[in-house]
Order: sequence, then C-alpha cells, then structure tokens
Amino acid sequence: MTTEQIYAKLLPIVKTYLPEDVSEKDITPEKDLTGELNINSAHLVDVVLDVEDEFNVEFANADMENLRTMNDAIDIIKQKLNTK
Amino acid sequence: MKTKLESIVEALPYQAPFLFVNELTFISEEKVEGNYTFSPEEYFYEGHFKDMAVTPGVILTECMAQIGVVCLGIYLLSKLNSENDIKNLQVALSSTEIDFLKPVYPGETVTVVSEKKYFRFNKLKCNVKMLNSKDEVICKGTISGMLKISENEE
Repeated sequence: MTTEQIYAKLLPIVKTYLPEDVSEKDITPEKDLTGELNINSAHLVDVVLDVEDEFNVEFANADMENLRTMNDAIDIIKQKLNTK
Repeated sequence: MKTKLESIVEALPYQAPFLFVNELTFISEEKVEGNYTFSPEEYFYEGHFKDMAVTPGVILTECMAQIGVVCLGIYLLSKLNSENDIKNLQVALSSTEIDFLKPVYPGETVTVVSEKKYFRFNKLKCNVKMLNSKDEVICKGTISGMLKISENEE
C-alpha cells in the first residue's frame, strides 16, 4: 500500500474524532494529532482502534508512544503491513 | 486480612459525600459486580427534587462509573503494576451513553454489573448496567474512562 493510499484511508478515521472547533481542512501530514488537531487522549485510542480494524494490524504500547502526527501513523502502519 | 475486593474499594480516589461504592461482590479481568445503598441522608435529595426525593441520573451514572469502570480499572492496573503504585492513580471519565428506565428512591440498594469491552492504551470501555433489589434494570449503557498510574513521584 502506498503512502497516498494509507493517507486516504486514515483521513476519514481522524475526521471522525476532530473536535468541533477544528476543521478537516486543517489536517495535514505533519500536524500533531493531540497538540494541533486537539484530539483528546481518549479519542486518540479510538483512532488507533479504528486504524487496527481498517488495516488489520495491531499497535503495541511503544507504537502509541511514537504516535504524534499523521505521518507517524502512516510510518507505523507501513511498518506493520510490511512485517506481516 | 483484607480481601482483594476490599482493597480495591479502599484504593478508590473518592470519599463521602461522593463515594458511591459499598462493596464489590465479584471481580475478574472481564467483569465486576458491586453494590451501593443510597441513604435517605444523601446531600442531593434536599434539592432533587424540591418536593420529592429521587436519585439524580448523574449520580446513578457516577455510581456505575465508580464500580463498573474505576474499580475494574484498578484491578486491571494492579495486574500490570505492583500494588503499591495504585495510590498514584489518575482517573478521567471520557464518555457515557446511558438509558435510564426506572427511578431510584432514597434507601434503595442498587447492584452494578459491568463487562469490559476493551482496556487498551489506558482507556477502559465497559458495558454497564444497574439493577434494583427486584433485579429490574434501572439503567444501562456504555461508559469509558482513562485510567493510569502517574509516574512523576520518583
């Protein structure tokens, strides 16, 4: 799966958990999910659980610690898909 | 000797007048059961309502969250950490979706039964229901919270 394909699948998941005062237009690959897009820590867990279902992968605690931006998510997903 | 169930209730970060757990009767990594008796002296009956005392839904929700999510969370965290660390527990309610079917009057004892949906990355989500002494469902739904042991006490 290419970066673009992963991004396209990731985008609707992240959109679901955006707070009302953040527009989906604000989402870019470098944005910090909690710091800039204001997704709270409980919803970040929901994002990860949805990602796991969508891509059929499993995140470890260490992956969660490395997850800051959309790009981090894409890197982690790529790495999981490659080692399957 | 304190039992495992008693020590979980003692580890709760609440006290009167906002502790809504009397005892736990069962706990496993998947499920918890406990109960609470609403004393006619509870402070909120004075105002809810002006003319007739009925237990507020937010208080029923709190009771379900304390037994169903926080007690279960303490148990699950104690399986991952040494028991001494539980006193640095940090708790936050993150979401609730509950249907209320029957009222609870002063003096009633309620039983809360909670089943874990998942506990991952510090988020515990449970299916929770509250029953009255006739085993009728008072309210039921899902509650999730974030639970973690704070590490900044080094």
